[in-house]
Amino acid sequence: MSLLEVKNLSFSYPDKSILHRLSFSAEQGDFICIAGTNGTGKSTLLKLILNRLAPTEGEIKLFGVLSHKFRDYAKIAYVSQKATDFNADFPATVEEIVSLGLYSRRGLFKPYTKQDRERIRSALEKVGMSDYSGKRIGMLSGGQQQRVFIAKALVSDPEMLFLDEPTVGIDVKAVDSICCLLGELNKAGLTIVMVTHDISSILYHSNKVLVLSEDGSGELMSSEDFNSGTILAHVHHTHSR
Amino acid sequence: MEIFTMQFMQRALITAVFISVITPLIGNVIVLKRLSTIGDALSHAGLAGVTIGLCASVNPVLSAVAVSVLAAVTIEYIRRAFPNYAELATAIVLSFGVGLAAVFSGFVKNSADLNSFLFGSIVAISDFEMWTVILLSAVVIAASFLLYRELFYVTFDEEGAALSGVPVKSVNLIFTILTAIVVSVASRTVGVLVISSLMVVPVACAMLISKSYKQNIIFSVIFALCFTITGLIITAFKDIKPGGTIVLTGIAVLIVLLLMRPKR
Repeated sequence: MSLLEVKNLSFSYPDKSILHRLSFSAEQGDFICIAGTNGTGKSTLLKLILNRLAPTEGEIKLFGVLSHKFRDYAKIAYVSQKATDFNADFPATVEEIVSLGLYSRRGLFKPYTKQDRERIRSALEKVGMSDYSGKRIGMLSGGQQQRVFIAKALVSDPEMLFLDEPTVGIDVKAVDSICCLLGELNKAGLTIVMVTHDISSILYHSNKVLVLSEDGSGELMSSEDFNSGTILAHVHHTHSR
Repeated sequence: MEIFTMQFMQRALITAVFISVITPLIGNVIVLKRLSTIGDALSHAGLAGVTIGLCASVNPVLSAVAVSVLAAVTIEYIRRAFPNYAELATAIVLSFGVGLAAVFSGFVKNSADLNSFLFGSIVAISDFEMWTVILLSAVVIAASFLLYRELFYVTFDEEGAALSGVPVKSVNLIFTILTAIVVSVASRTVGVLVISSLMVVPVACAMLISKSYKQNIIFSVIFALCFTITGLIITAFKDIKPGGTIVLTGIAVLIVLLLMRPKR
């Protein structure tokens, strides 16, 4: 069974058609990058998968369940572009932020256990942020904050991780380190679907690329094929326009 | 200190302690969600409730609670209709509250009653009003503890909370109703016109010194308790309005903390 199945998916805003009969799937262990020029619907596709938007046509299944009926929240996790729209004055520690990620596992009214605290410690260790657990989140750099948000996503031990341009607004060195971290997590068995505008920095770690076109269609290909020339050139050309 | 052996002052102190705990509990979420104006909107709706209560010879605290809760539900409804203009909902409800209060205030026979809600009159509180405050405070404290993680998550990242399975709409609705309850019961203490400040100022003070979300809540409650009790003590010895004194005490502390803050 595919972890994610998208079949004939179409989506339109009132004034614009974004996706048209898009189909693809993600298997266990995949690292799929969603690439395309601005306005091709990369983030919209992620919102549709995560049931934040309703498709105009078609269907999406997560772990074999239609996305609007999917309630097994602990199996998936999501990392947004937090580093750019984050309220730096929010009074919360790194540990408190990571603990929020446990909600999908604990649910309503259930207090955290000793085991949960161990999960928080382990998630922070995975992203190399153990020494910062008591620091206020706003005091960290953009790259460190994004690592914390990845730890928050990992703390519930998900099977699939979705990321929406996680490296936007982060310095080049931090981008490389986050990409390496995602590559390591994928090698450890985590299935990843990531929207990116900067395909070159993550391509080495991914195994598939979904290229969205301006006509609303999309093509899933191996990272090797994507890297083999013409398509990469096309994306760069369109970006430089 | 002899004054604190008097029954009316003891009632005032007990009520003040409860109000000081519940206002920052709600204020934390309001400030961190950047919805500081919701307190103003609901307090003005509460004022409309007070005037209706005074006209209809119903206990004004109870009528304020009823109208504020109705206003809170309306705010949630309007906010969903205009999801990208959250402040529009508070502005509409505030205007409606002011309009309604202005119309009904013309029918209030004893203007001193209305005045006590505008500027607060904690030392004139009755036994019934004190018990109403205690009961409603217990509801607010219990809900804040039970929904601690949900409120924290929704305040920090509403989208992330929804994706983790937090029932965001229900949590927001419960919170708005709690806000309405707090605003209404606190209006008798510090007054409708300054209740919003009591929700915001202790939280602002706490934000300057706290390192975590939990600490922020604890510090804001401590600040609110200090401001209210100090304000009451001043009121006991000088013949001035308690509501204004409490808020001005808070503002003075905030200014001191701002001046002492290390430069970034």
